[in-house]
Amino acid sequence: MQDTGSVEKLRTFVPGLDHVAGGGIPAGRTTLVSGTAGSAKSTLAAQFLAGGIREAGEPGVFVTFEEPPADLRRNLISFGWDVARWENEDLWAFVDASPEPEDDAVEAGSYDMGALLARIRHAVERVGAKRVSIDSIGAVFTQFEDSATVRRELFRISAALKRMELTAILTSERSEEYGSISRYGVEEFVADNVIVLRNALALDRRRRTLEILKFRGTTHYKGEIPFTVVGERGVVVIPLSALELTHRSTSTRTPSGSPDLDTMCGGGFFRDSMILVSGATGTGKTLLATEFIEGGVEEDERCLLFGFEESPDQLRRNASGWGVDFASMEQDGLLRLECRYPETAGLEDHLIAIREAVEDFKPARVAVDSLSALERVSTERAFREFIIALTSFLKSQNVTGLFTATSPNLLGGSSVTEAHISTITDSIILLRYVESYGAIKRGLAVLKMRGSPHDHNIREFMIDGAGMHIGDSFQHVTGLLAGHPEYGAPNDSGAPGPRPTS
Amino acid sequence: MTTPTIVLKLYVAGQTPRTRAALENLECVCKEALEDQCEIQVIDVLEHPQLAEDEKILATPTVIRELPPPLRRVIGDLSEKEKVLIGLDLVTKP
Repeated sequence: MQDTGSVEKLRTFVPGLDHVAGGGIPAGRTTLVSGTAGSAKSTLAAQFLAGGIREAGEPGVFVTFEEPPADLRRNLISFGWDVARWENEDLWAFVDASPEPEDDAVEAGSYDMGALLARIRHAVERVGAKRVSIDSIGAVFTQFEDSATVRRELFRISAALKRMELTAILTSERSEEYGSISRYGVEEFVADNVIVLRNALALDRRRRTLEILKFRGTTHYKGEIPFTVVGERGVVVIPLSALELTHRSTSTRTPSGSPDLDTMCGGGFFRDSMILVSGATGTGKTLLATEFIEGGVEEDERCLLFGFEESPDQLRRNASGWGVDFASMEQDGLLRLECRYPETAGLEDHLIAIREAVEDFKPARVAVDSLSALERVSTERAFREFIIALTSFLKSQNVTGLFTATSPNLLGGSSVTEAHISTITDSIILLRYVESYGAIKRGLAVLKMRGSPHDHNIREFMIDGAGMHIGDSFQHVTGLLAGHPEYGAPNDSGAPGPRPTS
Repeated sequence: MTTPTIVLKLYVAGQTPRTRAALENLECVCKEALEDQCEIQVIDVLEHPQLAEDEKILATPTVIRELPPPLRRVIGDLSEKEKVLIGLDLVTKP
């Protein structure tokens, strides 16, 4: 996103944030970061300084009204931010305004925050700070009785920071996720730039989002953007459209791993396309993913398989049952298996883990088995956003992606996953059970193949110790996809087959 | 029994009307209630910000009773004398 306004931006170096904020937060100004308890305000405030020190060599001052510096040093080291060392190197300075439990000052007459301002100014001059974080102003109000004075003085401090040409983050509490921006009505003096952090409960799971409410005179993304907090990195914002729709779309074909399927697809999958394989349990989705990997390895491509339903050992055993030797592919460094329980983390965390694994292993192919397992642990909207972020990331990495989705009904029907993501994927392959004269057969259809002609037949396929074999199309049968096949042959000499009941 | 010396440190931010009022009020309290048993030290945080940092002073004026222990602190221009006496725990017993 290009910044069209005249306001200069300062990069926060918070992953993803600068992108959605159109380059950073407004330089030389104060940005209010408002959120409920536990919404990662303090982490973001500290990360703003840590990023400046690490990425730009810009010193920072952290004004803490809440946690004592000793606690902050201890907490922040878990993100890899060695505050104590930075303090020794005069890159980080604390202004400790945390409450002392033992001293309860009596207020006798009018006062101002002249001492606090003098201390901030002193710290800024001492380290040559460009960035200041103040965490949190709600805590200032609890330390003093006269909230009108506090409000006036905060305004003065904010104005002084601006005169010193400092870029500041000011955190403030909200009592509810959707309500007034901040509890003490302080937004009026920093109302130009407001970021809201949310930590809402959805389906027994916390979902963090960041919203840039307003940035004066500059462009930015609108709406709630998911983020997560991860060790070693801190806040990571996950912009849905981090990658604008500028992926090069190639016409290079890459084998699917099954020559029969290649033929059905008009010559193989497209490189950097996203393929969805949908079917009921046991129809052969994992097999298709396994063949997809085998096809990649045969081309000497690196493949990454994310398993959300089975352990690495199970995946290896499945594969060997189809004549595919995962273990030796792994030894050759062409395959990596990453298995996780969907429930162990939120979708955002899974996304980051996937991204890190892809950036680390640099595969040409990625298979995810199955997306439905991930859908279990999230809301519809979060899931859709996850898919968009995942597919756009994979495309940007020129990766061919294959995802499996489980449809709930044994016969026919479509899966919820499918409905959500079918428009995002480039190709859709349906696997279906077909009941035929008292036997269960498997059918395969290429439903969609963006940018290519493909076979429109529903074909029977068989699974044996050597994998998948696609045979002829089902003749004289209609209603296969719907799960209600009807048998009958227009020119059949014999009697029409019995009408199966389902 | 000797009366312990009372040491009061007054932290101010520059020479402002509020600074002057605080100093006058504090001197007045000392005179009236404590019969000049106290010593007042004035510290300008604009000149000595590090001292304010060390003492974690936020508001100015702030007066801290250094001696006798324990530390007591009162903030404001000290115009409310009763509160000053209570806050600094300097209420003289008749």
